[in-house]
Amino acid sequence: MTEIRAEMVANVWQVVAAEGDTVADGDTLVILESMKMEIPVLAEGPGTLARMAVGEGDVVQEGDLIAVIV
Amino acid sequence: MRADMLPGVPDSVLIANRGEIARRVANTVRRLGIKAIAVYSEADAELPFVAESDEAVPIGPAQASLSYLNADAILGAAARTGARAIHPGYGFLAENADFAHRVIEAGLTWIGPSPRAIEQMGDKIRARNLMAEAGVPVAQGSAEPVRDAGDAVANARRIGYPVMIKAAAGGGGIGMTVAADDDQLKAGFETASSRASRFFGNPSILLERYITRARHVEIQILGLADGRVIALGERDCSAQRRHQKLAEETPSPGVGPELRERMFAAAVRAGQAVSYRGAGTVECLVDSQTGEFVFLEMNTRLQVEHPVTEMVTGIDLVEQQLLIADGADVSFHAESVEPKGHALELRVYAEDPVRFLPSPGAITQWQEPSGDGVRVDAGYAAGNVVTQHYDPLLAKLIVHGTDREQALSRAGEAAAAFVIAGPKTNLPFHLDLVRSAEFASGEYDTSVVTRLRP
Repeated sequence: MTEIRAEMVANVWQVVAAEGDTVADGDTLVILESMKMEIPVLAEGPGTLARMAVGEGDVVQEGDLIAVIV
Repeated sequence: MRADMLPGVPDSVLIANRGEIARRVANTVRRLGIKAIAVYSEADAELPFVAESDEAVPIGPAQASLSYLNADAILGAAARTGARAIHPGYGFLAENADFAHRVIEAGLTWIGPSPRAIEQMGDKIRARNLMAEAGVPVAQGSAEPVRDAGDAVANARRIGYPVMIKAAAGGGGIGMTVAADDDQLKAGFETASSRASRFFGNPSILLERYITRARHVEIQILGLADGRVIALGERDCSAQRRHQKLAEETPSPGVGPELRERMFAAAVRAGQAVSYRGAGTVECLVDSQTGEFVFLEMNTRLQVEHPVTEMVTGIDLVEQQLLIADGADVSFHAESVEPKGHALELRVYAEDPVRFLPSPGAITQWQEPSGDGVRVDAGYAAGNVVTQHYDPLLAKLIVHGTDREQALSRAGEAAAAFVIAGPKTNLPFHLDLVRSAEFASGEYDTSVVTRLRP
């Protein structure tokens, strides 16, 4: 199981992947926006997206859970 | 000089911006004996620019579209405080012709060029065509908006690869991509077009021939109240990451006297072509191989990096903006500006110094460097929180030296002495930059940062 967490305070701009999706290493799961920059959050290995913990418009803090891949 | 000695100059100026530039504009406004009125979002209530103003008005929530981009809220604040003029700073509403128009309609002084000049330069396709007509060199490119990916390919084959894909309404490097072949172009076109819609509300795209090795050199111009346009010097802004500037210097180590003279003449023609008034900047690319330059765009406002020009000329550009907006003469002899020495600006960003990713957070320690030739234009202080809502610029470290060598050595010392704790900053990168052999040699181009941080 891989937990993917936010590296910084950011707004969730786009949720790209959905729970149940099969993802490959490096696939974009979510696009965050912080300080006028888009930051793609990528799958850190292949698997199934078991949980998407954020929705569009949410604010994430550093260390917050974004997604779980199993 | 003071406002009471200059009957025309307004007695109060509302500064429609935030952070370091709001503070920097207020400094000049207050020095001239004029009342400085700040506006601020909920996220910025504790920042120095609010505390130091003569009067401060909250204009809405953190989100820029509801505060700093909210023309109704800003004009409302101006009406309530009896402000006589509005200075837009850079970014936000500074290059919004409708806003400039509304300010003037409200009977206030707009501290900037005419709405028409803003509009003419705001659309990059229109600006390119206008510049070509005025005899300013432009790169091979599209004279009309590119309609779709197929049209893009047809254009690129005519122009020749590699091409730069740009938003016609764009700025700040957002949405710019280089394409080396048809496949890259098709993919890049879709991305650029959707970003252009999102960030600038206009999906129009243009293509331009991409110059592989180039310096980014821009000319500061001033359109005077009597109609003359003068060039005040160039700035080299080749040190960039993600097409955004990190460091700027003047004079440019890559521009000799003959090229400088031609670039100044072209910049003056560019300003004249739109009857420019006030401070503006003509951005160009200088091809490192051929030494030829082309027009990139004109910024119809005060530039972030304007302080390097102030450091070598001794001219306060904000003061000139205020005078010109009021129809008055500038404070110096326009025909006899003699820049002295060398100046360098380092943009201190809240971002990690390796990958350049944003790093918002609370500032626990903030200690600015000082010394001969050192100037700091800062937006924050200890105890402030840097939020994710705005750009990552914390401060600008500007140094002046009698020559480039001294300026670089002072920049290194000052960057090392600048203490910021809390958010990560790019100060360690700046130390690497000013001490790198490539930057020190002066023979660098727009890829210098990528070479230092591959």
